[in-house]
Amino acid sequence: MYKIGIIGDRDSVLGFMALGFTVFDVESADEARACLRDAARGGDFAVIFVTEKIAMQIEDEIDKYKDMPMPAIVSVPGRDGTTGYGMENIRTAALRAVGADILFGGKD
Amino acid sequence: MAEISVNPTRMEMKKLQVRYTTARRGHKLLKDKRDELMRQFLDIVREDKELREKVEERLALSYGSFSVAAAVSSPEMLREALIMPKKEGELNVSYKNLMSVTVPEFDYRTTGEGGMNYGMAFTSGELDASVRELGEIMSDLVRMAQLEKTAQLLAEEIEKTRRRVNALEYIMMPRYLEGIKKIKMKLEENERGNLTRLMKVKDMMVKKTLEAKHEDIFTEDEN
Repeated sequence: MYKIGIIGDRDSVLGFMALGFTVFDVESADEARACLRDAARGGDFAVIFVTEKIAMQIEDEIDKYKDMPMPAIVSVPGRDGTTGYGMENIRTAALRAVGADILFGGKD
Repeated sequence: MAEISVNPTRMEMKKLQVRYTTARRGHKLLKDKRDELMRQFLDIVREDKELREKVEERLALSYGSFSVAAAVSSPEMLREALIMPKKEGELNVSYKNLMSVTVPEFDYRTTGEGGMNYGMAFTSGELDASVRELGEIMSDLVRMAQLEKTAQLLAEEIEKTRRRVNALEYIMMPRYLEGIKKIKMKLEENERGNLTRLMKVKDMMVKKTLEAKHEDIFTEDEN
């Protein structure tokens, strides 16, 4: 039995509380970084969602967990709408694997 | 390309030939692995892309209603309303071996009765809509998390495999071939050297006997 966490600015993440998520509302990137570190090291969390805006700022911290099977750190759009950062991540993964942009090529 | 210096002996050549065969077999296996990984990876990424598009769209809807709800009620009240979830999500994780990559599988189940976890009196209807919308995309969110994690892990493995394939194909195998060829040429060269030497020696021997015979005849004639 694992927990699901979400890290982001207050207005974006509060709604997830109703779903039983563990909510970390953070105001700065440093705070988010500390939260993520605690959550990821603790081993209770299987999935940690991070709002895109925050994810962009703490990319280095997120990358540390990229090659581990757990936890899955996934960016979701925040309240201000999607920035395309999540898609960009998929694209980067594809680029890393294939060595060429074959899925998204030429679309945008 | 870096040259390998080897002793030009048959032993060395045999050794190199064995290594070359091993490298070739490894190369073929790794190539197959890479192709299969790639196939799986592309399937996952395609599904993930579609799912993400859907999730992002619906999340935006939920945020929209939530903003309205947040505007009409105080932050304290909102927090109070949401803090005790009635629904409880249960997330179980199992691991699957996908082409020797360990990937997690999330199994999400909600427990507890449905409905809202707060009274209707102090909150706005938009909050209900927002929470309901979130609840509906919940399983998609978890699925997306799984897909994305799998994609990341696979990407790493593919990259590694691809490097190995390339190293074998463009560095190791040509190097072995080069070594084998060099030894072969050196051996042939030695062989030719040997042959000429033998011929030369034979010539010299024949000449000597001829001269000896010649001398014999002359001495016989004198007597």
